[in-house]
Amino acid sequence: MPDKVKTKMIRVHIMGKEHLVPEGLTIMKAMEYAGYRFIRGAGCRAGFCGACGTVYRLKGDYKLYFELACQSAAIDGMSLTQLPFVPANKATYTVRLIKETGNPILKFYPEVARCVSCNTCTKACPQQLEVMDYIQAALKNDIEKAAKLSFDCIQCGLCAIRCPAEIAQYHVGQLARRVYGKFVKKSNQLNKRLNETNKGKFNSELDELMKMDKAAIKQKYTERDLESLAKKK
Amino acid sequence: MKIPYYPGCTLKAQGLGFETSAIASAKAVDIEMMELQRWNCCGTVFSLASDDLMHYIAPIRNFIRVQEAGYDKVVTLCSMCYNTMKRANLLVKNDSEKLKTLNDFMYREEDYKGNVEIVHLLELLRDEIGFETISKKVIRKFNELKVAPYYGCMLTRPKEVGIDDWEEPQIMENLITALGAEVVDDPMRGECCGAYHTVNSKDLVAERTRMIVTSAKNRGADIIVLSCPLCEFNLGTRQKDTIEIYSDFSGIPVLYFTQLMALALGMGKEVCRFDLHYVDPRPLLIEKGIIEEGEEKNAR
Ligand code: SF4
Ligand code: SF4
Ligand code: FES
Repeated sequence: MPDKVKTKMIRVHIMGKEHLVPEGLTIMKAMEYAGYRFIRGAGCRAGFCGACGTVYRLKGDYKLYFELACQSAAIDGMSLTQLPFVPANKATYTVRLIKETGNPILKFYPEVARCVSCNTCTKACPQQLEVMDYIQAALKNDIEKAAKLSFDCIQCGLCAIRCPAEIAQYHVGQLARRVYGKFVKKSNQLNKRLNETNKGKFNSELDELMKMDKAAIKQKYTERDLESLAKKK
Repeated sequence: MKIPYYPGCTLKAQGLGFETSAIASAKAVDIEMMELQRWNCCGTVFSLASDDLMHYIAPIRNFIRVQEAGYDKVVTLCSMCYNTMKRANLLVKNDSEKLKTLNDFMYREEDYKGNVEIVHLLELLRDEIGFETISKKVIRKFNELKVAPYYGCMLTRPKEVGIDDWEEPQIMENLITALGAEVVDDPMRGECCGAYHTVNSKDLVAERTRMIVTSAKNRGADIIVLSCPLCEFNLGTRQKDTIEIYSDFSGIPVLYFTQLMALALGMGKEVCRFDLHYVDPRPLLIEKGIIEEGEEKNAR
């Protein structure tokens, strides 16, 4: 008879209630093990969608930590809660109408000028971005730097909930990348693709999809082969 | 000499001509201003509340950047940045407890040791280069151009951070003379331009602008020179609002001292960015024979 493998159990406090969960699970899995069912606060389960922002502290440590629940392991003694959503107003703008003069970012997000350079946002970012530096770049009208430093942002909102200046950094970063695409670096590929699209290059494939019924579309989806698609390119 | 340079945010947008003319003129008198690789907002105003440490983080973080780069001196241009950073620096140099709290808060950074000094470009020109040396490098004639220096609040007050005597400053006067222009003595040169009131009370600023600009003009000034993008906005761009309220008002161009310097040292079109000023100085400069007609076309 094979030896029984004994899984080590760890203690985690989820919203103040203690649970015993097997070691080695992600925070998300640990919560599910403990009986939570995700209706919000989970999406891709792969570190891309930014829906699973989690805040925690460790035993005997005053620091606050920030992670994506789907990406990092549960730690013995941790005390956590999820922040699946962060209220933050996104400015309404039409990229086509944004002018290059002055600082277009300050126009839509004047609160950026309130940044006190405390770096709290950077400490909160589960993507390890230099959030303060991209906000500061936006403030000094260095659109390229703001766009590049914020490129890997997944809009989890953890920075925004921590900011003493009440800035919604991820919306600012997104605008910076849009302005960058418009003024600083005009992409040839984009124009090429727009031309192709306008000329109807993809129409037949779209028409074909439109004609399919739900089952056929489902089948096509499950049988899709991303690898070979990537290779074909 | 080589020295790290802290620009400040406005000099990367509306105040662009201040920066480009400063870097070029400094180079012409052997000062190489090297922009810090990483820097943040200066903090914009020095907080007077004794328990408001949050607002000293920004300036002190900038001093850490200078320290990291291996220097103990940094030069800046904007009067407001100069004032905010110099006062924050003084505060932590004299209060080790506050410095410790700030260092503890910024635990990801190396500790600021309090050994960095911040200087204004005008001070470097006076103390390191010397106005006499500068006057020897003057190429362009100003043909009796009359210039009123404007200090505003931030360059000379409070006393312990002032770059010159706070009642009778001479530093800009001496520079203007060295550059070959005529100084206009103007008692309004230390009056406040209205500063950030410009955001919510245009009228208040228009009143200041009328008073300050008219005073300089009545004493014969052709232009005003200054050292702050906010003063430039209030005394320059706000002339538009001033005319709307005071129909008898008429303005004069407002420039940065570095633009005057760049012109004197033979530069102009590439570095001055006169196009960014509300009152275009180019017609005046042509009339005075300082720049040539046509030269002004691409004298952006
Ligand atoms: S920058 Fe902010 S919103 Fe973007 S990933 Fe980092 S913490 Fe999340
Ligand atoms: S948390 Fe807010 S105030 Fe602090 S550095 Fe980030 S953007 Fe600036
Ligand atoms: S669920 Fe999408 S990032 Fe975690």
